[in-house]
Amino acid sequence: MFNVAEIRKDFPMLNGKTMSGHPLSYLDNGATTLKPQCVIDAVNYFYEEITANAHRGDYELSMKVDKLYEQTRDVVAKFINCDRREVAFTSGTTFGINQVAYGYVRTHLKKGDVILITDAEHASNVLPWFRLAEEIGVVIEYIPLSENGRLTVENFRSAMHEKVKFVAFAAVGNVLGYKAPVKEICAIAHEYGAKVMIDGAQSVPHNVTDVKDLDCDFLTFSAHKMCGPSGMGVMYGKYELLQETEPLLLGGGANARFNSCGEVILKEVPYKFEAGTQNIEGIIGMKAAIEYLMKVGMENIAAHEKELRTYLVNELSKLDNVILYNPDGDTGIVTFNVKDIFSQDAAGYLSSQGVAVRSGNHCAKILVEFLGTDDTIRCSMYFYNTKEDVDALVEAVRTCTIENCIGIFF
Amino acid sequence: MSDLMKDPMVLRQIIMDHYEYPRHHKLLNDPAYRMTHMASESCIDDIHVQAKINNGIIEDVNFDGKACTISTASTSIMADLVKGKSIEEARKIINEYYAMINGEAYDEEMLEEAIALQGVSKQANRIKCATIGWHGLEQLINESEAEDGRK
Repeated sequence: MFNVAEIRKDFPMLNGKTMSGHPLSYLDNGATTLKPQCVIDAVNYFYEEITANAHRGDYELSMKVDKLYEQTRDVVAKFINCDRREVAFTSGTTFGINQVAYGYVRTHLKKGDVILITDAEHASNVLPWFRLAEEIGVVIEYIPLSENGRLTVENFRSAMHEKVKFVAFAAVGNVLGYKAPVKEICAIAHEYGAKVMIDGAQSVPHNVTDVKDLDCDFLTFSAHKMCGPSGMGVMYGKYELLQETEPLLLGGGANARFNSCGEVILKEVPYKFEAGTQNIEGIIGMKAAIEYLMKVGMENIAAHEKELRTYLVNELSKLDNVILYNPDGDTGIVTFNVKDIFSQDAAGYLSSQGVAVRSGNHCAKILVEFLGTDDTIRCSMYFYNTKEDVDALVEAVRTCTIENCIGIFF
Repeated sequence: MSDLMKDPMVLRQIIMDHYEYPRHHKLLNDPAYRMTHMASESCIDDIHVQAKINNGIIEDVNFDGKACTISTASTSIMADLVKGKSIEEARKIINEYYAMINGEAYDEEMLEEAIALQGVSKQANRIKCATIGWHGLEQLINESEAEDGRK
């Protein structure tokens, strides 16, 4: 049974917290999410009860850490339906994308080969490709978006051609929150022999993810956007591709043998990607977060967010001072502006009313050319948000005037 | 300082007025002006500031670009305030303004209408908005002085 009131009791941040004297309506889940007590406890458990390094010690404590460390890999594998060897721990989505870019794409593409992305990508899924273009002469091309900003199968097909060797896009965009047809795109890309990397930062926390079904080649995501600790994430890759991927970082824990002649034998996949002491508390905390999400149920999470979005869009549509950019969206991301008010001014006023939202261009600087506006307000909801949160947002938007925006400074 | 300038309603009105009807809100294509592009790293503010500085006097200041209420109003107020002042006077004003924005003691008399922005000191995320135009002017003054030094 999905019960938001019960769920909220699990989150200390939802336990009567206020902002600017109002009950906190935290609607910036696309940026980061709140943590349930079980995740906080898991992190503390490492520090308070079992502090020791992983994969290093022959003593009981260290072995306890190893066990949790490797159990996390199993939990992730179950969560996204892959083999445990296909799960490499990273510091987050950004690191994962860079790892794929420099470890795989850099060594598999050559001058003139094309990398296909979209106009809606987050900076983390643009800049590594720009650098590869500069360094090895690959060409970046853009899949055109549909009129309302979607990545569609038709548009992808029209952009796909023989020279495209790699495709990278977000399964859910971080600005408009549309779901991309990942499975269909992977199938078409594979017909051409291209590989596909999915930026899962905004999709994995909110939907069922089955990499076998999607047949994507790489998938990266972050723990902190799914109730887990910051500085923690996952790079999934098909086993044979991970074997061909060079680690971005080299060091202790990633090598099996080396000698003074410079001969190095790296560890097996995925350990070769985990050089240096890992974010052990992050790994243990991520395990707790994923177990928590699976208990709540990813289907329930998606359904609740959809219901909230419908309610919010409906309420915002009644206001005449709102421009909505994605009324037909699929996820808990609702992007809008208050007419004639700069988004940062509006977000400042919303904050004074207890409502936390993001303003700006959301690190998707190419998309602004498409939207025709430089900056927007993004409300991004999660399964612990309520209609009361939506009501607080709508009421704040309704009363959002220039006078009130300036009023926060007095 | 008149009591009027202690009334929040009046101060608010000053910001409103400079936001809705910004002064010196244009850019001239005139070689007598030196210009700088100021783009905030953390927000969307993206403005050009230009100044005509001759013999140590700031004869004119203009600006334009994308900007929120605070950056527009603060730059408009600044342009009004420093126009016709010597570089030395302008630097004093700029430093008093930074002190106010950083929550330190400052000279109200010297800042005139700019004191309307005193509340920004309590909103750390907006300090960049309130200073972007001022940093631009400071940069132009530095450039001008450096050039004069070379002559």
